[in-house]
Amino acid sequence: MNVAETPFDFVTASYLTRIGNQSAGTLAELLTGLEHCSDASIFHHTFQTLGTHHFLTEGFSNDFAQWTLSSTNRSDLAEQLAALDIRDYTSIAALRSDLCRVVRDFCEAQPQFASQSGLERFYFCESVEVTVPLGRSACNLDEFRDGLEHLSHASFYFHFISSRLRLQLQTNDFSHWLSASLGLRTLADSINHIDVYTSTLDSARAKTLRLIDRERRKV
Amino acid sequence: MTEVLAANRIPLEKYADVVGVGEIEELRALAKPLRGRSIEMINSTAVGGGVAEILNRLVPLAEELDLSIRWDVMKGAEEFFDVTKSFHNALHGEPYQAKPRNFEVFLSYNEQNRATLPLDAEFVVIHDPQPVAFIDGRPSGSNHWVWRCHIDLSHPNRAVWDFLEKFVSRYDGAMFSSPEFSRQLSIPQYLFYPAIDPLSEKNCPLDSEFIQQVLHRYQIDPQRPILTQISRFDRLKDPVGVIRAYRIVKRYFDCQLVLAGGSASDDPEGALVLKEVLRAAEHDPDIKILELPAWAPLEVNALQRASTIVVQKSLREGFGLTVSEALWKKKPVVASAVGGIPTQIIHKHTGLLAHSVEGTAYQIRFLLSHPEIAAKLGEHGHEHVKENFLITQKLKRYLALFLMLDRNL
Repeated sequence: MNVAETPFDFVTASYLTRIGNQSAGTLAELLTGLEHCSDASIFHHTFQTLGTHHFLTEGFSNDFAQWTLSSTNRSDLAEQLAALDIRDYTSIAALRSDLCRVVRDFCEAQPQFASQSGLERFYFCESVEVTVPLGRSACNLDEFRDGLEHLSHASFYFHFISSRLRLQLQTNDFSHWLSASLGLRTLADSINHIDVYTSTLDSARAKTLRLIDRERRKV
Repeated sequence: MTEVLAANRIPLEKYADVVGVGEIEELRALAKPLRGRSIEMINSTAVGGGVAEILNRLVPLAEELDLSIRWDVMKGAEEFFDVTKSFHNALHGEPYQAKPRNFEVFLSYNEQNRATLPLDAEFVVIHDPQPVAFIDGRPSGSNHWVWRCHIDLSHPNRAVWDFLEKFVSRYDGAMFSSPEFSRQLSIPQYLFYPAIDPLSEKNCPLDSEFIQQVLHRYQIDPQRPILTQISRFDRLKDPVGVIRAYRIVKRYFDCQLVLAGGSASDDPEGALVLKEVLRAAEHDPDIKILELPAWAPLEVNALQRASTIVVQKSLREGFGLTVSEALWKKKPVVASAVGGIPTQIIHKHTGLLAHSVEGTAYQIRFLLSHPEIAAKLGEHGHEHVKENFLITQKLKRYLALFLMLDRNL
């Protein structure tokens, strides 16, 4: 069994939600908010939302899409906002740019809906990330599997989803370490291909464990 | 001031069966850098009300994580609580003409209470407006003060809020239950949800025999759909609106309605509302109006568990934790989109939102026609509560807050 020179250190993250001073009552105001809110706010309503609503596997991908659907009843725009896949982004700037483009295009094409008031207001918030080490590390695949099996949702989310922005690569902490430190590129790719939108965090973890078990049987 | 020693201790390990071992490990990891650090919680009541209920659970759990936490309660005479009650209502938007004497009374009791405490804990959490002026006693140094506001400040009385804001703006941060409840402040504001305790009598698992006994006692037929709203008899909870919605549903489904709340005998307005509700019920044998003694937690639990659909048709709402209680029991919920309810009900994912009597009736009919969708909403609702509105999550949020303040994030 391969032994890594650099161990994988399991970390957990807790997120506080900071309430911003911006809100939107119409799609036009949503666009203004998207253009001017902080990066932490874009992160909160897209990446972080995927963690807190991880148990939903249908029709929910980010707060902007959900508000557009439930408050303004514009399912066509909601669908386009929901279709933006956070796995495609390694920077918040790029994600913000696409969110703005989608809303701007819609407002220009259908100006009659841009200033229509939604049922509830949208409040822009931010995530504040607080991380602490779990005091557990792994140097080989067995130890890695054991650590993974006992992670909380927040910790799994931190390593599997929010890490994509931190690494600025289109991968996650697990795949990055398995590939770089244990040389298990195929396993790393397979884990990276688990769909975070159609899986819950629990089912994503179960799939990851199954892939690891398959790899262990090869040894 | 009186130090409160929290009762009803439930060991942290017991929660592992509910939230998983990983979550408990995580709490321990978050608490480790804070071990031995001092925390002081201050509020105005040791019993009754949501804040006391939460602190009663939270403080022992924090102690178990080796935090040096204490909980102090303000003392005050009737004149002080008269003023704070008026302030409370005024902050909720009720008309109120504040007199200079009211502010003097408020400050005087704050001063008297403050003088009895060293207020030297590293993290001081002041709950609600009553002790807000304790900030005057903040010692110079690096300790952290945060204000936890449990009430809706979206439409406050100007004079009362202007008076309080002078104190609030000197804290290091303020916490609100919903972004809608917050104000434009110069200090950072955070979202802090209220929480339910999954192991309390109101939420713990019950055996079906006990549930059947409760239904039998109140002559509720377990074979027919049961619609339930649990709330005190208050116009803002719109019990008469619930009856109107039920009547629309009744045209299509042979269902029953349960309206259960605390006793209205000691609340003149509650007694009046109860009369209106009884009048609206028109002796319909399928409408059960239950006045429960001191909220009888086990009975509320049983009624929620026996329900086909839980309704919360409030016209205004604080957070509306009864929604989380129902979701925790995997019940489909139809609720008004007011206050903190949309935080708990993500429309079409964890329940259904409505904006009128007719809308409420329509959503109930939809769920009665589609039990598989109702079941799925209930399942998702349970997960949503597990992730966000349990006491363990609240503890985690506090730990994160203290770490964040400590690290100047």
